[in-house]
Amino acid sequence: MPATFTRHPVEIERKDTGIGGKPPLDRRPTGGGGDGDNWDNRPHGRRGPRELLTRYRLGVLFALAGDLMFFVALVSAFFVRQSAGHFDARENYVSDWHPLAVPPILWINTAILILSSLTMEMARRQLFREIDVMDEWLGLGRPAVKRAAPWLIATFILGSLFLAGQWIAWEQLVQQGFYFNSPDPSSHFFYLITGVHGVHLLLGVFALAAALGAMFVLRRIELRQIVVDCTAWYWHTMGIFWIFLFGLLTFFQ
Amino acid sequence: MPAMPLEALCIAQSHLWLPPNGSLHGLAVDRLMRWNLIAICVCCLAAHIWLIAAMLRRRRREQTGSTALRWTLLTALCAMYLWMAVTAQHLWAQSRYAGPSLEAMQVEVVGEQFQWYFRYPGPDAAFGSTRPNLVDATAGNPLGLDSRDARGQDDVVSSVLVLPAGRQVDLRLRSIDVIHGFFVPGMRLKENTVPGLVLHVHFTPATPGTYPILCSQVCGLGHERMQAILSVVSPAEFEAWLAAREHVRTGQRDTTGAPVQ
Amino acid sequence: MKLCLFTTRHRALGNLYLLLSLAAVAIGTLLSLVMRIHRVWPDTPLPFYGLLNPEDYLALVTMHGTLMIFFVLTIAPQIAFASLVLPEQIGARSMAFPRLNAIAFWIAAAALLVLLAAFFVPKGAPISGWTSYPPLSAIPAAGPGEAAGMDLWLASIGLFCLSSWLAAVNMLATILGERRAGMTWSRLPMTVWAWLVTSILTLLVFAVLLAAIVLLFSDRHFGSSFFIPAGDLVNGRIVGRGDGSPLLWLHLFWFFGHPEVYIAVLPGMGLVTSLFANFARRRVPGYRLMAAMLVAIGLLGLVVWGHHMFVSGMNPYAGTAFAVTTMAIAVPSTVEVLGWLSMLWDGGLRGGGSRFPTPMLFALGFLSFFIAGGLTGPILAQPALDSYLHNTFFVVAHFHMVMAMAGCFSIFAGIYYWFPLMTGRLMNETLGKLHFWLSIIGAWGTFFPMHFSGLAGEPRHYERLTGPATSFSGIVANERGITSAALFLAAAQLIFLWNIFVGARRGRIAPPNPWQATTLEWAPESAYAPINRGPYEYEIAVNEMNFYPQWESASKQE
Repeated sequence: MPATFTRHPVEIERKDTGIGGKPPLDRRPTGGGGDGDNWDNRPHGRRGPRELLTRYRLGVLFALAGDLMFFVALVSAFFVRQSAGHFDARENYVSDWHPLAVPPILWINTAILILSSLTMEMARRQLFREIDVMDEWLGLGRPAVKRAAPWLIATFILGSLFLAGQWIAWEQLVQQGFYFNSPDPSSHFFYLITGVHGVHLLLGVFALAAALGAMFVLRRIELRQIVVDCTAWYWHTMGIFWIFLFGLLTFFQ
Repeated sequence: MPAMPLEALCIAQSHLWLPPNGSLHGLAVDRLMRWNLIAICVCCLAAHIWLIAAMLRRRRREQTGSTALRWTLLTALCAMYLWMAVTAQHLWAQSRYAGPSLEAMQVEVVGEQFQWYFRYPGPDAAFGSTRPNLVDATAGNPLGLDSRDARGQDDVVSSVLVLPAGRQVDLRLRSIDVIHGFFVPGMRLKENTVPGLVLHVHFTPATPGTYPILCSQVCGLGHERMQAILSVVSPAEFEAWLAAREHVRTGQRDTTGAPVQ
Repeated sequence: MKLCLFTTRHRALGNLYLLLSLAAVAIGTLLSLVMRIHRVWPDTPLPFYGLLNPEDYLALVTMHGTLMIFFVLTIAPQIAFASLVLPEQIGARSMAFPRLNAIAFWIAAAALLVLLAAFFVPKGAPISGWTSYPPLSAIPAAGPGEAAGMDLWLASIGLFCLSSWLAAVNMLATILGERRAGMTWSRLPMTVWAWLVTSILTLLVFAVLLAAIVLLFSDRHFGSSFFIPAGDLVNGRIVGRGDGSPLLWLHLFWFFGHPEVYIAVLPGMGLVTSLFANFARRRVPGYRLMAAMLVAIGLLGLVVWGHHMFVSGMNPYAGTAFAVTTMAIAVPSTVEVLGWLSMLWDGGLRGGGSRFPTPMLFALGFLSFFIAGGLTGPILAQPALDSYLHNTFFVVAHFHMVMAMAGCFSIFAGIYYWFPLMTGRLMNETLGKLHFWLSIIGAWGTFFPMHFSGLAGEPRHYERLTGPATSFSGIVANERGITSAALFLAAAQLIFLWNIFVGARRGRIAPPNPWQATTLEWAPESAYAPINRGPYEYEIAVNEMNFYPQWESASKQE
């Protein structure tokens, strides 16, 4: 068990096996959270078997909150730019926003991404099935991994298909004459928004690959659950962001 | 307004380290500034006296908990903030909520790295359109006046801002390249000139004199040299000055649209 | 102070962050001294450099502001001190994500190096100020230093945004998830409340800055026009290709920029509350109110950004709206100040165990600057008055007093206070007191006269006064006084540097809990019971120590 951050040697207490007597005191100060009720009478010890998972989920939540603000800023720039214009030589107010028709392949890509969220969720749930966790604890192989790995692979494939589809959409636009390096703001925004989202999804695909590797490398099931769980929440969030961004590009130009 | 000469209302006030005020609204601004500064100086001094007294005070046995004092002071200070906000917003509303009056004189102010230009619309009271690709200071067309627009034939471009005392002026603020800051300390006036936007700010110069115009938004290498002069003169002098300039403007124009000097 | 370079231990990382800030503040102070000397003797060539050009001066201003605000005032009070003591203060073993902490540090260090590299590229460092308004910052041809220098600035601040984001994630996960059993919300030290608020603010606003930087970078290199309007003509070339809006940058930047200054000052406010409780030996009166006011300041700070844009062409009604919200922030700030003053006044400070060691002195200095600088805020909050004072030296005086001096004094207080935790030794008290008195005199002498220059109308970013602006000749004497005081203030910091580096090696070994504090970072290593005391139980108690440390259990009889 990794115990690299203790300040001084502590006795690692074993968990109570439930035979009898008082449960042992957990003297390691790993925190326990506080929610203001009944602290004096509450039994000591860790918050629960999912303490590490909760911690990592909390970290992913806050990181995604910051990421959300990043996309919010880009979207607000989108709306400001869309409504901008100037007076031309004949004193008419003209806008240089020419709505870009999104390539139809984007609809397919959206469907693929939603499907990949479903497979990701299946993978995540396979890793938390109690029977399989118990089997592993008893030393009966790694059934959770066997169940989850195919779903992870499916998500990886679907995610890669999504990215490939986005790339095809870009190539289609280039053929029609719409570039990133262009003064046409709707063209530029399309590439910017899909590009930024694509980079995030690429990171997600790397995380999926890492999760797949972790399935076979990590020894503790707790850690494997964390890796897959955090990747899953990240993946779902990127899917939800995409739905909003896709809606923006398709219906709000 | 009482029937007093305008100049008397804005007697040079060089107290408070502010430069002499020459505008109509500046009187109220200066008065507001004075009372605000007095208020915060009193608060600052009182707070520091309390702080030092606390450092010197002998320790008491019980913690009396000066809750009553705190809430009283808080209420008093909130009342002070409210007064500051209300008086200042009143002044702001008076000077800005309503746009310029219909008789206000229109003058355009254009900022460019690193020079101020001022444009008067001429007898037709209309500004001619400008195009950035026609800007050519060496050929005498620093604002890019379009010769095809008849309204611009009589526009007067000057590098000195001359205004008649006592008449409201509506400034059109433009910029050619980057954000500049049009700042006339003596008129208690400041507004940025933002490229791509035409901003309006109006005021009434009241006291004749010369007032520096400074750039208050860092705009590049020559930011500190980007200065001009506001010259407030009597209405008669202003008419004479403008007429002389307009007479020059109605001369010949060459094929590019630039005036022949 | 043993430092392993790739450590993930939070104490060591706190030390590393503080060293990073120290390097930044030393360079930033040097730049400001060069600026001040140039303002008084504009035609005197500098040793090793020669005559300072106008673009050099503007580059100094830009880099001074950037270094100080980002690398000193965002890092030191927040992640540096939090790395040092946050886990202990909430009874945790370490930060939630120690390796993330290390990664965030190295990204911040890289950001500093990238920023400093801007001095050495052709045409030098950027000249558009720390606020880098486009189109000046969006067009490489608009000024010297706006090409490679500006790109490096953008890269550096982009990296810094990443580092801050990671640090905020770490701090929030720690505060929300790692508290020891019994550490409820109302038992948290005030510093933790402050870090909670600043972490949330950091998470929300640095992402917006990063987005703005991405858009500005795109304008500079990919032909887009987010901020460059149509027909923008710079240096004889029309560069505006679309209907961009420079005001979009102002909105995005100041939506970040105003909460940023609260991020800089809120941890100091929390620390000062703790220090006053500690050294006045008093509980915090209205603890919940003080904590709630920190939260209120943080939340209100998100809706006041328009007061930086009063003269940028906003609708006058919007000016009123932002003025109202800005004045509203004065209320929780006043509550905090009154709370501190009443803590000090109640019962008095002389005798009976209360003391004035150096950390307490710097906390008092913080209070002085917070009051003085804060009171000029309501004046600047009014558009009618800001129409005159915007971008004059009055604003410079305001933010230096309330952010730079108060912020720096809180950093000094924290370093003197937590030095035993950093190095196991105490800093020299005599030198510390000398440092304090010289600093407070120097700081008041430097920044108070700037108010008068501002009232006279002297604009910012002018390297010298020429032409019609020489009507400000009355304030030239002011300039000399300010420069002398600035040199005096900088010289006083040498005492501090000496104290740190000599004290780390040869200072007096600190006894456990040298300040007789209650908060958990001073707990002996064997104390691991759940918490059931408040954080500031300094009262006349029945035990001989006269206070109840938070790590001792409250018995049923009390």
